[in-house]
Amino acid sequence: MKVLEKFFNKYEHLFLEGGKYEKYYPAYMALYTFMFTPGETTKRGAHIRDAVDLKRVMFTVVLALIPATIFGMWNVGYQYFQQAGTEFTNWDAFVYGFWKVLPMIIVSYVVGLGIEFYFAILRGHDVNEGYLVTGLLIPLIMPVTIPLWILAVSVAFAVIIGKEVFGGTGMNIVNPALVARAFAFFAYPSFMSGNEVWIPKPEHADAYSGETILGALGQGQQIAYTWKDMFFGTIPGSVGETSVLMILIGAALLLLTKVGSWRIMLSGFAGAALMAFIFNLWGANTLMQLPWWQHLLVGGLAFGIVFMATDPVTAAQTRKGKWIYGFLIGVFAILVRVFNPAYPEGVMLAILLMNVIAPTIDYYVVQANIKKRMKRLEKQTA
Amino acid sequence: MAKKHKWQDLIKDPLNENNPITVQVLGICSALAITVKLMPAIVMALSVMVVVAFSNLIVSLIRNYIPNRIRIIVQLLVVATLVILVDQILKAFAYDVSKQLSVFVGLIITNCIVMGRLEAFALGNKPLDSFLDGIGNGAGYGLILIIVAFFRELFGSGTLFDYQIIPQSFYDLGYVNNAMMLLPAMALITLGIVIWVQRSLYPQLTEKE
Repeated sequence: MKVLEKFFNKYEHLFLEGGKYEKYYPAYMALYTFMFTPGETTKRGAHIRDAVDLKRVMFTVVLALIPATIFGMWNVGYQYFQQAGTEFTNWDAFVYGFWKVLPMIIVSYVVGLGIEFYFAILRGHDVNEGYLVTGLLIPLIMPVTIPLWILAVSVAFAVIIGKEVFGGTGMNIVNPALVARAFAFFAYPSFMSGNEVWIPKPEHADAYSGETILGALGQGQQIAYTWKDMFFGTIPGSVGETSVLMILIGAALLLLTKVGSWRIMLSGFAGAALMAFIFNLWGANTLMQLPWWQHLLVGGLAFGIVFMATDPVTAAQTRKGKWIYGFLIGVFAILVRVFNPAYPEGVMLAILLMNVIAPTIDYYVVQANIKKRMKRLEKQTA
Repeated sequence: MAKKHKWQDLIKDPLNENNPITVQVLGICSALAITVKLMPAIVMALSVMVVVAFSNLIVSLIRNYIPNRIRIIVQLLVVATLVILVDQILKAFAYDVSKQLSVFVGLIITNCIVMGRLEAFALGNKPLDSFLDGIGNGAGYGLILIIVAFFRELFGSGTLFDYQIIPQSFYDLGYVNNAMMLLPAMALITLGIVIWVQRSLYPQLTEKE
């Protein structure tokens, strides 16, 4: 650490005013704050002193994502070897998946951070830690077989159109990670859905079927998975979304540290459960007949609600607003899932939609509160 | 009252500094709808240019005889006649393109640029100036249409004027056309990027806060 600090101090003058690389100061600052806590304090305005800063919040989310990531790597290998029909150990499965998922993570970070640094230098603001989370989320919500160039294009689109045009971290209207997925989904549909994208195809497999549970149900087929498979996550799907158990471990960490909002998570699951229960009563097709509690276990619902819906920038800000926002995400997710055969999974669209509506919800919650207090005031003064 | 206009300004201004689409934000709907391919976009641009120029000319010629209270009706009559003419000519001589454009030729009558120029310019200026103003605004509209259509056809279909531009070897390597470019949503985003680029090049266009 001492060596590193010396290194930074030695070259600092190059980036300060009048230095050779003055323009690149934001890039230098970003690397420095990433390694050390800077000695500067805020100069203007009133600020709350707290140990929790943006950097710590973002690292907590990254930590919470680690269990799902590691399990996702193992599951990629597990699904692959199952299809190939060869014998394998857990370690084999993890190593195989590791080498499949690692390039995705690297591409996501290199492209995303490259663009962030470029914009920071161009506009002269600091690089934020926000992309640390987005950069890990994006590979986790993509199918493992996605070509890396498509991943790179989607990341670039998400960072530029989803985030930088609005002014960078904290100003975006919709969740950038979901923008990346939506872009890939609409631009390159053959790589994002179907029954061949979720598991790397073995060369000599006799029978190959990598349909996700929702995909199979959408076509009216029965599924061979039990609820245990769904809960522990040994099913085909996007890299990080399959294991509800690992996502719940992450959720526990988010709730303990109060980084994620429990209101959004709870109301999200409640909304989805209610909607799925209503469809159970209706029961017109195989998707509607899936028991309501299994609806909560399959697809990206748990991952979306725990890690994406709770994004503090794009979610509703008021307490009541959070209840409404989370609840509607759950409702819409199941609604899209059941009603639209073109979109076997609706969580992405539900969260994006509610991201856009969130400010409106907040507005009405605030207005309702003002009205209530005005009435109380009138009563008191009358 | 009519102020003197330089002819080259009448043509040049709407191309950039006073562009009907990117600066005045008029005529967006048709710009999103018919820019999937380059050919229909160019035909549409020419049609709009003809309609704006000649309706400007005609309305300007009779501007002193139009009673103010019914001027919108008179303007609509002129525009509608011209649009039907253009539509019939397209059907007669460019049937394929006219089929691709479908209702959007007829909908030129609702294009805000046409009415906007009539109200803002032709009613208060001489016929020749008005005609040039129409040509300029039509060209400004067409320029943006062609830029957006160029990118949408290139990345959405890999072609330009239906000729394959992106070589087959790219596809063999795993390149795929971007299906989202074919959707109107991407046209809006492309248009947004065009506006972004234009405003970074000409900072004076940015609105003051």
